[in-house]
Amino acid sequence: MSKVFVVPDQALVDPVTIYPETCTGCNLCLHVCPVDLFLPNPRIGGPPLVLYPGECWFEGSCVDVCPEPGAIVLNRPPATRVNWKPRRECRNHAAPTLPADDLERH
Amino acid sequence: MNEIPGPMEWPYPIEYDRTEEIDTDVLVIGGGASGCFAAMGAASRGAGVVMMEKAATLTSGAMGSGCDHWEMAATNPCSRVTPEELADAMIRGHRGYNNGISHYIEARECYDRLLDLERYGAKIRDTDDEWKGADFRDDATKFMFAYDYENRFTLRVWGATFKTAMYRGAKQMKARVLDRTMGAGLLTEGGRMGARVVGAVAIDGRTGRFTVCRAKATVFCMSRPTRLWLFAPGATGISEFRPPQCTGDGHAMAWRVGGSFTMLEKSCRAEWSGLRSFPPYSTGNNHNTWYACTMVDAEGREIPYVDRDGRELETVAERYRPAPGQKFFMKGGGEPDFPFYEFEGPETIPPAEALKRGYKLPFYADLTSMPETERRVIWGMMVGNEGKTKTPVLAAFTKAGFDSTRDVLQSYGDGWRSGQFLPQERQFFGIPGGMVNDWKLMTNLEGLFAAGDVLFASDCAGHAAATGHYAGRHAAAYAAKNGPVKIHPEQVEAERARLYEPLKRQNGVGWQALSEAITRVMQNYCGAVKSDDLLQEGVRGLSDLRENEAAALYARNPHDLLRAQETLNVLTNAELVIQSCLARKASSKQLMFTRLDYPEMDPPEWHKFVTVWRDESGVRTGSLPIDYYGDLTANYERWNTDYMAEARG
Repeated sequence: MSKVFVVPDQALVDPVTIYPETCTGCNLCLHVCPVDLFLPNPRIGGPPLVLYPGECWFEGSCVDVCPEPGAIVLNRPPATRVNWKPRRECRNHAAPTLPADDLERH
Repeated sequence: MNEIPGPMEWPYPIEYDRTEEIDTDVLVIGGGASGCFAAMGAASRGAGVVMMEKAATLTSGAMGSGCDHWEMAATNPCSRVTPEELADAMIRGHRGYNNGISHYIEARECYDRLLDLERYGAKIRDTDDEWKGADFRDDATKFMFAYDYENRFTLRVWGATFKTAMYRGAKQMKARVLDRTMGAGLLTEGGRMGARVVGAVAIDGRTGRFTVCRAKATVFCMSRPTRLWLFAPGATGISEFRPPQCTGDGHAMAWRVGGSFTMLEKSCRAEWSGLRSFPPYSTGNNHNTWYACTMVDAEGREIPYVDRDGRELETVAERYRPAPGQKFFMKGGGEPDFPFYEFEGPETIPPAEALKRGYKLPFYADLTSMPETERRVIWGMMVGNEGKTKTPVLAAFTKAGFDSTRDVLQSYGDGWRSGQFLPQERQFFGIPGGMVNDWKLMTNLEGLFAAGDVLFASDCAGHAAATGHYAGRHAAAYAAKNGPVKIHPEQVEAERARLYEPLKRQNGVGWQALSEAITRVMQNYCGAVKSDDLLQEGVRGLSDLRENEAAALYARNPHDLLRAQETLNVLTNAELVIQSCLARKASSKQLMFTRLDYPEMDPPEWHKFVTVWRDESGVRTGSLPIDYYGDLTANYERWNTDYMAEARG
């Protein structure tokens, strides 16, 4: 039979970053990934390779199972960055429904 | 930094030429919550069980990464409602368009499944006493409740521990688990449409190996259809709310051999997709996982909560109590569909009303002003155990500096949505259609049982677990009475040829391109408004895709082959959904189904389940009375004497 190849998929973002200095190449992430994003590195002990980045669901099974903290990090697509701010920064107002001291108490 | 791979040789052995033959009593296809429990349920009756899972059972399925609620647990010791009351609320709350059988099973048995999970190592109680004395905790059992704190039928659970426990349970019950194995085609007696199901064929997503499984009974435990209207190029994995491996393969497999479906004409405007919205539960809101968080406007003014009668609530505690004169309420703020007065829970005033009263956008979820126990249970337990929140939301936001005692989190849509979609961008969300079932959870195809999201009007994890176990038990009983089976070799060979066809090409149309094209047809011809003419145009569009693009689909390796087959299933499901829409010649509000050519809303003669299936002559349609399942208690007790005896024993 002729050889079978895999061509890396293109994606908008790298869903995960693997740090080769921390990764031990145990491939646990590869075993639990629901979409089989990774393939084993042909170099024995090398970090798994991300061949199908576009298929990531961003749930983080790979990070949860990793025995080496920080070896694999789940990235967030920049478009899903959410905004938050300290509560006190929105305190300066005349509250129509609650007296000011009520808000303080909250 | 990631090592950048180039084109490389496929690292796993290639076994396209290898066929594995398996014989079993019960074959379970799909290893999510319903599949694992189907395996356990069948094994508990002494059946030999094989379970096929397309991904990895340890993490797969819609709740593979967690769940935070166990709904409808009417039989837990703290509950003040009966299974009959909850099933009735589910049915009437959806104006009859609901699965009375499966939701009654859920209300009767889902608490038992929770105890199973605990036995297999999952956390279902506050054993560390982190919330001792909280309003929502029962200090005797250490159970914690959500929504209606008086009636206590929805539990807060540590669902991030559940999938491991389910996997352990299936293994301990001696089910043979085949991971990375996609159930891809059903086998029927004599290879005939509509005949008894006698097993299935499967392909391995790493080696390409072909499996032929002979089974006396088969249980479908796959997902609802996805990617019909939504596709996110460049981030295909987040096209839908459910994980990308959830493509509704069961629907397509059953449709091909004559399975019967109902309610697939129902779809709602999309609520979640990486195409437009933020990840679920990652933005400020006050529903579901976040119920009943305080919401404030841009200037920090609190947006009032009101009960079903519009009475403003003064305290946080009141958000978790039924209204005066109300027996109990279902989810706060009602269902994603339409609130039903009798069971409607407290909710903030509608966004439009808030703007009229002068509240300023954007709005924020304000955990800082919640009582300490409520704040900690939302941010830390619910966000943290709900699917896809532990690492991408709780850990990521905490690392980025979000502090729930200090910060307010912005809201990006009205209600619990976190994005705005176009009217033609639709989705199966809430209570969608699926396979028709009887009281054994058997489908119209003899020997084929269904559970979880394959069933019509499915919803959450507790429903999946309860119906899975139930279908597994009944499949085992059927297998004990009806064996052995004979497969039809010509059908096996035809399936093999169909499934391996994309491997013939190294180039051509990629599955992503086909998947996106399907959504275009569905948006154009099966969008927010429907008519026979438009839907027929959709039939033509899909058939054109099938003859051209689908016939040019390529797969270079087993992984690509799995994706190609999933996408062909998406195409089949699109055809099934259009046929379902054609079959209902009436508009319906509850089904969110608007026909230009039949504009009258909900004419009484159409208040029934419309069914569709195929036989040799083509697509057939029929109907079932809206209450076809009969008396819930009497029927349940008639079919489950063994289970009830066990519970008593």
